[in-house]
Amino acid sequence: MSEQKLREVGRSHPHDSGLAHARGTAAYIDDLPEPRGTLQVYIAQSPHAHATLRSLELGPVRRAAGVVAVLAAADIPGTNDCSPVMGDDPIFAARKVLYHGQSLFAVAADTIDQARAAANRAIASWEVHDAILDIDAALAADSYVLDERVLARGDTTTALASAQHTLSGLLRIGGQDHFYLEGHVALATPGENGDLHVISSTQHPTEVQHNVARALGLADHQVTVEVRRMGGAFGGKETQGALFAVVAAMVSQKTGRAAKVRLDRDDDMRMTGKRHDFRIDYRVGFNQKGEIQALEVQHATRCGMSADVSAAIADRAMFHADNSYYLPNISIRSKRCLTHTVSNTAFRGFGGPQGMLGMEQIIQHIATELGLDPLAVRRSNLYGASPRDRTPYDMQVTDFVADQLLDDLELSANYQQRRQEVAAFNAENSLLKRGLAMTPVKFGISFTATHMNQAGALLHIYTDGSIMLNHGGTEMGQGLYTKVAQIVAEVLGVELNLIKITATRTDKVPNTSATAASSGSDMNGMAAHNAARTLRDRLAQLFAQKHQADPGDVVFSDGKVRVGSAEQSFDTLVKDAYLARVSLSSTGFYSTPDIHYDPVSMCGRPFYYFAYGVALSTVSIDTLTGEYRVDSIDVLHDVGKSLNPAIDKGQVMGALIQGMGWLTTEELWWDSSGQLRTHAPSTYKIPTVGDVPDHFEVQLWERGENTENTIHRSKAVGEPPLMLAISVLQALQDAVMAADDHRTAVLLDTPATPERILMALTALQSKNP
Amino acid sequence: MRTNLNFIFNGEEQNISEVAPHTTVLRWLRESQHAVGSKEGCAEGDCGACTVVLAEIRDDSLHFSAINACIALLAGLDGKALITVENLSSSADTAHPIQQSLAENHASQCGFCTPGMVMSMLAHVHSDKPPSARDTLAGNLCRCTGYSPLLEALEKVDVAAARAHSGFSHQQLLQQLKVLKLDDDLQLQSEQGRYLSPGSAASLGAMLNDQPDAQIIAGGTDVGLWITKQDRRFDTVIALNRVRDLCFVREHRGWLEIGAAATYSNAQQALHNRHPTLGTLVRRIGSTQIRNTGTVVGNIANGSPIGDMPPALIALGATLEIASEQGSREIRLQDYFLEYGRQDIKAGEYLRAVRIPPLSSSNRFGCYKITKRFEQDISAVSAGFWVDISPEGKVINVRACYGGMAATPKRAAAVEDALMGKAWHPDNVRAAVSHMAKDFRPLSDWRASAEYRMQVAKNLLLKFSLESQGETLTLYHSGAES
Repeated sequence: MSEQKLREVGRSHPHDSGLAHARGTAAYIDDLPEPRGTLQVYIAQSPHAHATLRSLELGPVRRAAGVVAVLAAADIPGTNDCSPVMGDDPIFAARKVLYHGQSLFAVAADTIDQARAAANRAIASWEVHDAILDIDAALAADSYVLDERVLARGDTTTALASAQHTLSGLLRIGGQDHFYLEGHVALATPGENGDLHVISSTQHPTEVQHNVARALGLADHQVTVEVRRMGGAFGGKETQGALFAVVAAMVSQKTGRAAKVRLDRDDDMRMTGKRHDFRIDYRVGFNQKGEIQALEVQHATRCGMSADVSAAIADRAMFHADNSYYLPNISIRSKRCLTHTVSNTAFRGFGGPQGMLGMEQIIQHIATELGLDPLAVRRSNLYGASPRDRTPYDMQVTDFVADQLLDDLELSANYQQRRQEVAAFNAENSLLKRGLAMTPVKFGISFTATHMNQAGALLHIYTDGSIMLNHGGTEMGQGLYTKVAQIVAEVLGVELNLIKITATRTDKVPNTSATAASSGSDMNGMAAHNAARTLRDRLAQLFAQKHQADPGDVVFSDGKVRVGSAEQSFDTLVKDAYLARVSLSSTGFYSTPDIHYDPVSMCGRPFYYFAYGVALSTVSIDTLTGEYRVDSIDVLHDVGKSLNPAIDKGQVMGALIQGMGWLTTEELWWDSSGQLRTHAPSTYKIPTVGDVPDHFEVQLWERGENTENTIHRSKAVGEPPLMLAISVLQALQDAVMAADDHRTAVLLDTPATPERILMALTALQSKNP
Repeated sequence: MRTNLNFIFNGEEQNISEVAPHTTVLRWLRESQHAVGSKEGCAEGDCGACTVVLAEIRDDSLHFSAINACIALLAGLDGKALITVENLSSSADTAHPIQQSLAENHASQCGFCTPGMVMSMLAHVHSDKPPSARDTLAGNLCRCTGYSPLLEALEKVDVAAARAHSGFSHQQLLQQLKVLKLDDDLQLQSEQGRYLSPGSAASLGAMLNDQPDAQIIAGGTDVGLWITKQDRRFDTVIALNRVRDLCFVREHRGWLEIGAAATYSNAQQALHNRHPTLGTLVRRIGSTQIRNTGTVVGNIANGSPIGDMPPALIALGATLEIASEQGSREIRLQDYFLEYGRQDIKAGEYLRAVRIPPLSSSNRFGCYKITKRFEQDISAVSAGFWVDISPEGKVINVRACYGGMAATPKRAAAVEDALMGKAWHPDNVRAAVSHMAKDFRPLSDWRASAEYRMQVAKNLLLKFSLESQGETLTLYHSGAES
């Protein structure tokens, strides 16, 4: 088929719910009308990080006003587990609790106030144990939730020994709460014969379906899980929604009434997992140009009390320990720590940011040591032609563009001039200092668990020509539904408003993967594309037959179908097809080709392709207080051929600011008893509008085009730009180092709060009084 | 005494007899009215997803202000009009220009914060002297967009069109509000407690005399959280927000007097005029929504060791008028704070006003707030510095008061002593702050470590000394200035 000019794809259509969002009419789960008699459920939580339950007296809870049901571990009809993989996340703690905030029992009452008040009447007796609360404690105690993994190439030991220079260091990288604005929520409604319908704030309806069925002793086909939209997710609703959906479903099964679990902000932050914090130890060998000859790096990560999806997250951190750089001799060791804290989980970037930050900090360390511009050291180490095109996991990098992006942004954002301006400012000011940094991102696209790289769609055309679209991807604000609808509209040559976008449901498209790993539009877009192609081919066949033409010559556009001089409107052709008994419904399926990966050697091609971006940030700091301000951010990001530039740009901006929060103001703080004390926006500080620099320029790279055969040659955009924020951290470090004329390398632990910056400055002063 | 709550919602007068004192506006909207456009994101007034707009009459015209519905008490709406996101259009077909601008400028992603953004923007366009776009939205968290499209959307709103477009008639609203009695005493009785809302200071004194154990509430930006976060309930609440003769911000013989019912928003300009750093400080307290309800005096009354106003006001030498049915007394503000959780106030008394003396030409003053995040954050350390300098440049008198360094707002007596009589010079300040360990032994917590608190407390005084001699050490420029 000849290449046509795209009409719907590539246009900046507004988000399909944009106006409804603004009018307050886009319904989130807690906004839906509640079925008659809906019960409100409160989940009581462990007051200890590590303890054994000696006894739990729930009689007073049951007798409290308004209480209809109280459920604990013994009341679970099926398996007491709501984990994604490993079977190690109890729905209710049976005997031992492993983190402060762990679910103990659920109270269902007529009102949430009654349920909460009743829960406080439980009488529990505990034997409290010592708790392992952080990475260092876990390392000291050899406390691991998963086996250690090692990824190695070359002879790192020898290369380190013979290197001209070596450096070592230790980095601590903090975690991050997702802080989606809508907390976790689930509404379960009983159906006939024990069936259940669960509306859940989940990125993974199929996994919720499986968990509900397993916990309740039902077959998968008895449970339907649905989600129309989430008020943000960012990975926090990939696995974490299961507990709340299961509890709502259990109450519903037990009482025959609808049941809702909705967490308030504090419970949500205490009960659900976060981005993994990391400790990275490294030793690097390099030459006078800063070219890395050998790198030995150890990742130790806090998984929390269970495995969740930590294996894949820690793996992805290892796969991004190179970022954009060729490492001839490399050894990456990964330790997955078990702690008595909430089980950490997926978060935009999924380990990639931590691995990549480690590498970028090493580059900064080398540059300071050699007195070179870090940009020069970056360039010296970029991937290039063979043999410098092999990742540590032995994948050939065939689509490398970070070098071009660096060149382009260096020019367009006046990197050299800005560096001079910063130096001039610093020469004149002793108490305020400025800094800048330009960093690249290379991020692998695909689930590293190969089997998850599949997606399905369902498309109906009704006899009036209107279209119903459904697919396995979930909408959490990223604009997936809009993009997929654009793809379908393109295939069928119709206006976007002819397509009804419908809620993701396990009874429409089964056996779906999580909407995660930035793969939503790549996979669901392609599946919907395939469904639309099937229907278009059927219609083309009919139309071609009628006009004795080749079906391949039939063109669908502007709501019309044409071949030669024949033309018919799309809706009348649909009607003709119905009368001719042609099926107007189709599924579509897609599985990402060419990827393979040996989990033992950790080698292969885990990623279909890479997404790239670069950012230049400038900052100012107050050396008396450690306070800072991000003055400017310039971004050039490669989204391939964009499906929707406005949506993609929105993803880039939003991810970058979210990443900036991770590295600057968002600090998770547990007290010595293992209680999270930053569990609400009063204590946990995500960026506000005031943190956005006055100059914030985001450009999608015009030359971008996916070399792989993705949907319309686009690239995934959800996660990669988060890591552009590394430039902000490095600019802050650059400003701190300016206080000492860059004589000493300063690698800040994150988040780089004003406190960390002032303490780093104080350390510099005491070193060079 | 009136016993029904009267306010306007969706253009209709509400007349409610049974109102529990702890019912919040947001829960009433979502649970009783099924008006679910306003969202709960945090239930503590920190995220803005619940933002609604209140309209009231000021100087014979409508005044609009954004507030957080999640911690606002329903009973506090008396005499006002409540406008929500559902109420911006007269028909289902026509969106409000603000709503259109957000959609057209790709300013929503997940959409959960969007109704709150719309309402903050609505108050902005209806203001004759609107704050900057960043100030307008500083109390509305968005986790998706990175804010730039929101700023763009607000910038592109046609203000005239946005003012004209409405789901309600302004003229009618003005008439309706005029009809509502505004200055009488109100008593709302329910099974769950009693809410008293005196219209005058005289009534307030009498009510407190009868109910000395009642919980006093002014803006409720603190007490609201006790309700939503600690499940606390009160038998009797006495509200100050309708006490007309306590809602004043005025100059009297050079002293600035701020009454107990005056919000931060009411006082912001006067404080800025007194000293620009006071204006900046107020701008960083909470958000527009919080400043529209929270009161300056309430920030003192609650006795918090990390309240933002006390260190600055103590440094300025402010006094406090404490009143009761029996009369009133005046104390130094610094003497109000006795120890953690205990203040110099007796049952039956209330704080009537804070008084701030004038600055003379020989005085230097500055105040500072140290937080993780510039906007809308609770202080790790706050500080107010006042120094009186002789013609020879010597320190005649000095007050260096800190928050976050002790169990109460507290002056650094040893540091002050070390400065007395010395030349006002950074070198002498460096020497003086070495005495700070005698004054403070701060705590480590999630806001800051003890070490940082100590270091930054010292450095702030140094920074003040430099700035008082003309150095400019501010990081914040456009959009962040008052």
